[in-house]
Amino acid sequence: MKKLVISVVLVNLLAACASEKPKEPVAAPMSAAPAAAPVAEAPAAVEPAAAETAAPVAEIDELNDPDSILAKRSTHYPFDVSVIQEDDKPLVQAHAKYLSEHPERNVRLEGNCDERGSNEYNLALGQRRADGVRKMLQLGGVNASQMTTVSYGEEKPKATGHNEASWWQNRRTDIVY
Amino acid sequence: MLLRAFRSVVGILFLVQASVTNAEMTIEIIGAGEYQVPVAIVPFGGDGKLAQAIKDVVVGDLLRSGLFRMVDAEGMSPHAPAEVSYPEWQKRGAEALVIGTVTAKADGRIDARFHLLDAVKQAKLIDQAVSAEDGQLRAIGHRIADLVYEKLTGDRGVFNTRIAYVNRIETKYKLMVADSDGYNEQVVLSQDSPIMSPSWSPDGSHLAYVSFETGHAVVYVQSLYTGQRKVLADFSGSNSAPAWSPDGKQLAVVLTRDGSSQIYLVRPDGSGFRRLTYTDAIDTEPNFSPDGQYLLFTSDRGGSPEIYRMAIKGGSVQRMTFGEGNNYSPSHSPDGKGFVYTHFTNGKFFIATQDFKTEQMEILTEGGWEKKPSFAPNGKLIMFASEARGRGILATVSSDGRVKQRIFSQSGDAREPVWGPYP
Repeated sequence: MKKLVISVVLVNLLAACASEKPKEPVAAPMSAAPAAAPVAEAPAAVEPAAAETAAPVAEIDELNDPDSILAKRSTHYPFDVSVIQEDDKPLVQAHAKYLSEHPERNVRLEGNCDERGSNEYNLALGQRRADGVRKMLQLGGVNASQMTTVSYGEEKPKATGHNEASWWQNRRTDIVY
Repeated sequence: MLLRAFRSVVGILFLVQASVTNAEMTIEIIGAGEYQVPVAIVPFGGDGKLAQAIKDVVVGDLLRSGLFRMVDAEGMSPHAPAEVSYPEWQKRGAEALVIGTVTAKADGRIDARFHLLDAVKQAKLIDQAVSAEDGQLRAIGHRIADLVYEKLTGDRGVFNTRIAYVNRIETKYKLMVADSDGYNEQVVLSQDSPIMSPSWSPDGSHLAYVSFETGHAVVYVQSLYTGQRKVLADFSGSNSAPAWSPDGKQLAVVLTRDGSSQIYLVRPDGSGFRRLTYTDAIDTEPNFSPDGQYLLFTSDRGGSPEIYRMAIKGGSVQRMTFGEGNNYSPSHSPDGKGFVYTHFTNGKFFIATQDFKTEQMEILTEGGWEKKPSFAPNGKLIMFASEARGRGILATVSSDGRVKQRIFSQSGDAREPVWGPYP
């Protein structure tokens, strides 16, 4: 820690800068966002009682039930952490159960990070987040061939603010059917 | 030598602010070298328009180095040594003087001849012809600036080198190559998917980079001459962080094909993968030492991201960074004596260097959103990604931390810069 100095930081106001737009980083749209699930942060409902969700007649895919825990498809993490948090385990386990009962369904697990860290480190961290979800799904009985993983690192932020509220949204793994 | 007297003024910090601007680009310079050589650049004789353009480039280059200040040449127009009135230049305080002529040939070729004169000793330092194809006017200016810089500082100039970076405008990503001052931008690749981690081949002919165009991270190698490209690594999961060996015969890359992110070697044609690290941790961002014997890399094997070093031929792995915060993105200095990296602490990113002998971290920047540093091939400047006014920009800092510049391109976020080799 020495000579950082250059005490005076002079910022020229040049004509070219005056036309500056205030702020613009825009997130790449989540091209692979699950069509069915805008994933609201609804309180983690208890397993919906089978009796009230559906009459025994028609085959209703639980996946399309917005009140089902299966509607939650993202796990979230603290900074620089890839371990699935306790709060998110029920939803991963629910997807494990569903997928093991529906071997014809496939998922892509997409790991994402906030913008802190290097791009490459975050690519690796996002991969580890996605791999962590895959591992838990596999332990829950899902066939490895039903799953692929991808990391977007910090490259596809869902929220673009430089603050914890945005970062929290970006540190996640999406389970994409 | 002309300019040895300058260390005498210790403790006084000369500050300069200078700006070079045109429609496309704004460059801000902050700070200055301990001593700045007073130099006069006289507009060349011959074609007036070409002369002005060359002068602008030379002045811009020399100012950006922070090691020069411009002496007013108003009312003076010598174009040959015999026309120079040394007493007048001494009165104006010039220690060095650049004069010359420029002409455009019928075939579009541009010929310049310039002299660098020692105004104090009244001696010729350089007398050289520089020429270029049509459209390469800036290259002439950079070449002259390099020669002047080299003569007056003793270090090789880097004004005629190139940089690569990624420009992101909303959801559009462009892999760019530009002159080291950010001008003369050329698009290498343009697409709607992220592009990361460009890496120059040692001869400057190819870029390796990461593209998400197929939906996940794949490493490509592309010729800058033909535009032809090929897949270097495309295994399941992520393929990333390409880094060329100094002899250009192999690259280090990071793959997750065997589990966590690990470092492998591969030939430039995508053959002969060989795994180098064996951990359950993240090992990434490999960077070769100039002698090709070692890799620096980022790993969280100790619990959080830090810089490590390993010999290519195997053996023990040495942790290089300690203390508070995290560290990322190591890149060797061209002389191999140290490295530059990103230091993250208290919510801010800094550009820092470390000398292998002293093992001391030296922070070069004020801190903020500063990432992905790389040295200019002369080791005197470091380029990195920064942020200002809500945008990603390119920035440089001199390796002693004294002189900084920020380069604002026309639009979008500039990311992932990397300085190319000498031409």
